[in-house]
Amino acid sequence: MVIKQLSVFIENREGRLERVTEALRERNINIASFSLADTSEYGLLRMIVSDPEEGQKVLKEEGFSAKLTDVIAVKIAQRPGTLHEVLKILFDAGLSVEYMYTLATAGKDTSIIMKLSNLDRALEVLQAGKYAVCTDKEAYEINNHVDK
Amino acid sequence: MIWNETKECMSRDELHNLQSARLKKMVSRVYHNVEFYRKKMQQMGIEPGDIKDIDDLVKLPFTTKNDLRENYPFGLFAVPQSEVVRIHASSGTTGKATVVGYTRRDIEIWQECVARVLAMDGVGPQDKIQVAYGYGLFTGGLGLHYGAETIGATVVPMSTGNTQRLITMMEDFGATAIACTPSYLLHIAETLEEAGKIDNIKLKAAICGAEPWTDNMRKEIEEKLHLKAYDIYGLSEILGPGVAADCEYHTGLHVYEDHFVPEIIHPETLEPCKEGEVGELVFTTITKEALPLLRYRTKDLTSISYDKCECGRTLARISRFKGRSDDMLIIRGVNVFPSQVEAALLELGETSPHYLLIVDRINNLDYLEVQVEVEERFFSDEIKELENLTKKISHVLHSALGLSVKVKLVEPKTIARSEGKAKRVIDKRKLI
Repeated sequence: MVIKQLSVFIENREGRLERVTEALRERNINIASFSLADTSEYGLLRMIVSDPEEGQKVLKEEGFSAKLTDVIAVKIAQRPGTLHEVLKILFDAGLSVEYMYTLATAGKDTSIIMKLSNLDRALEVLQAGKYAVCTDKEAYEINNHVDK
Repeated sequence: MIWNETKECMSRDELHNLQSARLKKMVSRVYHNVEFYRKKMQQMGIEPGDIKDIDDLVKLPFTTKNDLRENYPFGLFAVPQSEVVRIHASSGTTGKATVVGYTRRDIEIWQECVARVLAMDGVGPQDKIQVAYGYGLFTGGLGLHYGAETIGATVVPMSTGNTQRLITMMEDFGATAIACTPSYLLHIAETLEEAGKIDNIKLKAAICGAEPWTDNMRKEIEEKLHLKAYDIYGLSEILGPGVAADCEYHTGLHVYEDHFVPEIIHPETLEPCKEGEVGELVFTTITKEALPLLRYRTKDLTSISYDKCECGRTLARISRFKGRSDDMLIIRGVNVFPSQVEAALLELGETSPHYLLIVDRINNLDYLEVQVEVEERFFSDEIKELENLTKKISHVLHSALGLSVKVKLVEPKTIARSEGKAKRVIDKRKLI
């Protein structure tokens, strides 16, 4: 299944990234994983968070352009060659990767967050290749040790 | 040298009579040939017969850039198209350009005016002049070109955009004069200095205009390049370069009053200002055939003096410009209205209409940055999409303004919204 990634546009100005993390902390939203793509003038912070909808709302209130993007998190084993194998079946199916990064996990397996040219097709291909993907709940709750 | 002593040094009384005769003819011509002026004059209850001499100028209606826009492209022309031999165009406040036309006689007058300027600046048949204003729709290049040919100088039509080639030819040809914007000339001087070539240069005169500059800039140019720099003023609506220019005394720009009658008005009340008082410069063309304009509001702020100049010319002088009464910017000699940016962004429809123009001068070259807010509905989380958006905006702005623009995407609501007139421009240059 697809999961919701929270993406935010951040100008390269002092304190902007900090404002994002501060706003999320204030609402007790955990960042499970993130990647920061940077250009000389702005950055795109892409995050898997414990509550994407709430996260988007919080950041909008802070005046950021924030949106939710569909991505998938593919589980792969921690041994040499597994990333190559999963990419190969995706490329063989004619799919292209828009961006990808790892979803931090503490266990034996890891997960790769991917935005692909066609997510539905990617899910079919992965299922046929016996790859498991994280459910939204799994992804959002990874590494979330909030005292409830 | 004085190119046309009869006209440039005539007594104020003679000039008064000449202007009066020319104005009467001109008013009659526009009344009969231009519907826009006929209607305006009828609304004001005046007829050509009411204009008896130049002092009656104040009875006539004003013309604005917006009037040109509303009559785009040829609505204010006073001659049949078959008599128009040239079209030029400059920036409009939005979308459409300001279009001007010339008959053969208009071109001759233009040549005459530029010839007067060049003669005043000591340029003659013995000189090799590089014209480094843009050639094309902009009046700068062709205006200087024809005037320089008229005085018999050897013209090198450089146009703009290739400083290295300009410098090579300046050196190889032994150019003795150059016509370009003052900021570009400073840039050339610095490039020459860095290359250690400044002593190989034979320039003795520079004819600088198309943008505001200061006396200090003039002195800096003169010291760096060991030449005399002169100011030339013009606007396409009235003629192009050659409406006014300064002499070696640099005490204001002599206006060619036998063709263009200047007035200084209070920009709010539209009442005439006293001699020496700063106000908006207004021109009435009294010899133009294709596009004669009555009391055209230039929006340039200056003052006027009618004292005889030490150079012997009796023509009125306008002081260095004190700014504009509108929000027009001049960037690399190109006129830019913030409203053009807004119109282009709205037409593109892929950004919010909130924008901020930042103008800066780095190494004597002007740069325009346009900051645009990334609104959520246009926001992609892929860098390539944002880069495409930036390119698209740069492209539409380049088309709209005729100027390269650096586009910077900024976070939403970071551009200040103010009550009433928004702060749309930050000009970091120190020009006035």
